Amino acid sequence: MSKPSDLVQGTLDMLILKILALGPLNGWAISQRLKQMSSEVLGVSDGSLYPALHKLEHRGWIRAHWKPSENNRRAKFYSLTRLGRKQLEKETANWNRVSAAISGIVQLKEA
Amino acid sequence: MDIEQWLYSLPPRLRSFFHPHQVDQEMKEELREHLEQQIRENIAKGMSPEEARRSAVRTMGGIPQIEQQCRDARGGSVLDDFTQDLRYGLRQLLRSPGFFAVAILCLTLGIGANAAVFSWVEGILFRPYPAVAHQERLFALAGTARGETGAGGLSWPDFQDLRRNCSLCEEAFVSKITGSTLSVGDHAETVRGSIVSANYFAAIGVRPILGRGFEPGEDVGSDSHPVVVISYQLWRDRYKGDPEIVGRMQRFDNVPHTIIGVTPEGFYGTFVGWGMQFWVPASMEETFESGGYKLEDRDARWIEAYVRLKPGVRQSQAQQEISAIAARLETSYPATNRGRSIGIWPLWQTPFNHARTMLPTLEVMVAVVAFVLLIACANVGNLLLVRSFARRHEMSVRLAIGASRVRLVKQLLTEGLILSALGTAGGLLVAYWCRHALVLLLPTRSGVAMYLPGQMDARVMAMSAIVCLLVTLIVGIIPAFRTRHLDLAGPLKADSTGVVGARGRAWMRSGLVVFQVGLSFILLVGAALLLESLEKIRSTSPGFITTSVVTTGVSLVAAGYDVPRAKIFQDELIDRLSALPGVESAAFACVTPLGYATYSSTPIVVDGYQPSLEEQPSVEYNQVGPGYFATLGIPLFSGREFVRTDDENAPLVAIVNRTMATRYWAGEDPVGRRLQVKGRWTRVVGVVADSKYESMREIPRPFFYVPLRQDFERGPALNIRTRQSLSSMRAALVREVRALDANLALYEMITLQEQVNRSTSPQLVAVTLVSILGGLALLLAGVGLYGVMSYAVAQSTRELGLRMALGAGAANLLRLVISRGLRLTAGGVLFGTVAALAVTRLLGQLLYNVSPHDPVVFGLALAVMTTTAIFACLLPAWRASRTDPARVLRD
Repeated sequence: MSKPSDLVQGTLDMLILKILALGPLNGWAISQRLKQMSSEVLGVSDGSLYPALHKLEHRGWIRAHWKPSENNRRAKFYSLTRLGRKQLEKETANWNRVSAAISGIVQLKEA
Repeated sequence: MDIEQWLYSLPPRLRSFFHPHQVDQEMKEELREHLEQQIRENIAKGMSPEEARRSAVRTMGGIPQIEQQCRDARGGSVLDDFTQDLRYGLRQLLRSPGFFAVAILCLTLGIGANAAVFSWVEGILFRPYPAVAHQERLFALAGTARGETGAGGLSWPDFQDLRRNCSLCEEAFVSKITGSTLSVGDHAETVRGSIVSANYFAAIGVRPILGRGFEPGEDVGSDSHPVVVISYQLWRDRYKGDPEIVGRMQRFDNVPHTIIGVTPEGFYGTFVGWGMQFWVPASMEETFESGGYKLEDRDARWIEAYVRLKPGVRQSQAQQEISAIAARLETSYPATNRGRSIGIWPLWQTPFNHARTMLPTLEVMVAVVAFVLLIACANVGNLLLVRSFARRHEMSVRLAIGASRVRLVKQLLTEGLILSALGTAGGLLVAYWCRHALVLLLPTRSGVAMYLPGQMDARVMAMSAIVCLLVTLIVGIIPAFRTRHLDLAGPLKADSTGVVGARGRAWMRSGLVVFQVGLSFILLVGAALLLESLEKIRSTSPGFITTSVVTTGVSLVAAGYDVPRAKIFQDELIDRLSALPGVESAAFACVTPLGYATYSSTPIVVDGYQPSLEEQPSVEYNQVGPGYFATLGIPLFSGREFVRTDDENAPLVAIVNRTMATRYWAGEDPVGRRLQVKGRWTRVVGVVADSKYESMREIPRPFFYVPLRQDFERGPALNIRTRQSLSSMRAALVREVRALDANLALYEMITLQEQVNRSTSPQLVAVTLVSILGGLALLLAGVGLYGVMSYAVAQSTRELGLRMALGAGAANLLRLVISRGLRLTAGGVLFGTVAALAVTRLLGQLLYNVSPHDPVVFGLALAVMTTTAIFACLLPAWRASRTDPARVLRD
């Protein structure tokens, strides 16, 4: 299994939602954007991207439709649904809370 | 998952359900597109095409794996899971074919017994009349008398008044069973038919396939419309399906009738117990019924009738209106209708056909087959438990690789469904084969077999489907309990070894066995109680001699005898019979006791007896010939027996029974006192002992007799007290009858004991069925006990070996296993006894002079149960005693 090794479960979902919140994209573009945005730190393999996309689609958070891509080929474009936007807000809020708490602990000075 | 989420996820789910291939293709296309994009990018970076492809594949990871992960991510549809479970379950079950076969057999028997009883209940009680429209709104109509339980017939004028005035009734029609001798060519046979009102076929929605039904007005007049509609079966068998049958003449009871129609196939009339072969209009009743012209006689209560209520009308509402109509009739015709009312009953309580006689038996059967089903389920559940123990490794592994517990339970339920679905299919076959089985247990009467078919309609199918689902739940849930105890470390642990005497984990299996033993104990008690009461009924004296008296009849009506000729014939035949060697006496009587024919009843007035204002004393009576009491051996307490001179020219006389004497003459000897019968004063000349008149179970009731000559009938029964055997008596009688008239036919000849036995046939049916099912239950419980004990022995070889090594002998081990089995049995019997004490009361009506708590019966059931248990434990115990200590300790 090519699971993102140190990517917290659920974080990938949030990243994908965040990227799609900016506009509809196809799988290739999403993977490129992921690499750029996270400066390749997270190391999301393409192998784990597509199962995640399919999962999100089946949860009704993103929607897919086929459109011609730049080089005139058919490509599957994903866009955020209203439900997905709500989910993103929920997860972002959650993330902020948890990361604030964790960074608070991590930055504690040792006595 | 909340609703919104569900709504949003519905389109992709539906798409992957309906277009799985398209979705899969699109996924592949998407991944290929990504790969090619990567290759293009790599080439742009300066790689050779070859290198670019290799690198792209490496970056992406294995395409097939990703594809599978995408499929997993989409999640299977509900149906995918189900078909997968189904395939898997079937494979699992087929892996142990022995288990599979036993489980299916248990369920087939259990569900089959239920489906068969459902079909009988449907075909006899709820929807007894195939092809008749709207049976759910049909109700039986019969006359009642204040102060008396039960119901009798209605008079034709009362029925007509009711039909005219009942606003809540859609239809009201008459269907009175009758019989006739039918000769086609040189072959004569008895056939059953109905005397009906002219609206009959229209009312029940049956259209003849040839000719027509009756027309309005054909039920008016005296012997004025000799027309007949015949059944499909009669048309096919006796007339070879002659298409020109309509208009043909056929003699019924020696009166020529014109055949005007043929009913469709699958229509058997409207009488539970016999299939009808012909229908005649009420205007012909004199030909078929005794008692002369009755269509204008409000006092002749002879008809059986039905009403169909308008849609939405409840029984109580209709009853209210009908009671009001009856009350008005009471005021208008006090002489005939005082104290009389009219009642309606749902079809399953119809007072005048065999629905009534079968009802208590079928009620008990519904409970009994439910027990058998529970026992079968417990058996299969036990087998599954044993298997689930063997499968705990598989289950743990599936849990470990991520299957949810819900998914495992679903899998187990699916296996339960496979078992119960196959069991139901087998069960429906069993029920289909058994649909006519009830009739096999019932005697034929006058050569006509009874017709009590089961009905396998949609409602029975639906009930069977419900049973199937319940069984699935029970059978699937029992092993599912085990998954609670599963933990991921389970397979790592060493196999646990059981101990024969210990409780521990086996509680559930033991509990099921206790439950089974308990239920079958109840059935054993029930069967024994019914058997004992049947014995009691048959050995009870009916008040007359049964063994040396035979009863038969001569069909004078069918041979066209008029009254004077019939009288001469009867006297001559009695004289000839009395002269025969071995014949002690012989006498005609209108009705044979305990037969199907009903007695006439009459309002009476007794000199010196003042009835209360509401009371209309009414008593049943029989017309009997000279020497009747001597023939049947009914003791005469005072006065005299009827003699030949008590004829139409002599003063009217009567003989009363003891109960009647006590009730109306307050213990004084009524001989010489006056009694008014049918409005004529009659002198009481004798008092006889009480006997049974209609049923062996009746309590003593007032009854009297009048001489046959003073209230004559042409078609009475002939009773002969004889020392000859039945066959030689029959031969002698045929000779004597032929000597008088070569054209006369004899009815079936039976002993009065046979008559008694026939009258108790509902009890016989109940005993037979409950015994068969009780035996089945006992077998199932024995198998269950055997299974649990064998398993316990197999699981505890180490303990048994240790015991042996420490000096226990084979006999000790034998005792150990058997005593463990008996302990389970004792638990079951204890539970069964408590339950049986509570439920055997429900046998109520079927029991006769037997307490539902009879200690002898309980003791007998205990003995049978214990014996069975010992046999069930014997083989496992023997195996235990053969344990080889050396091998066990080495292993």
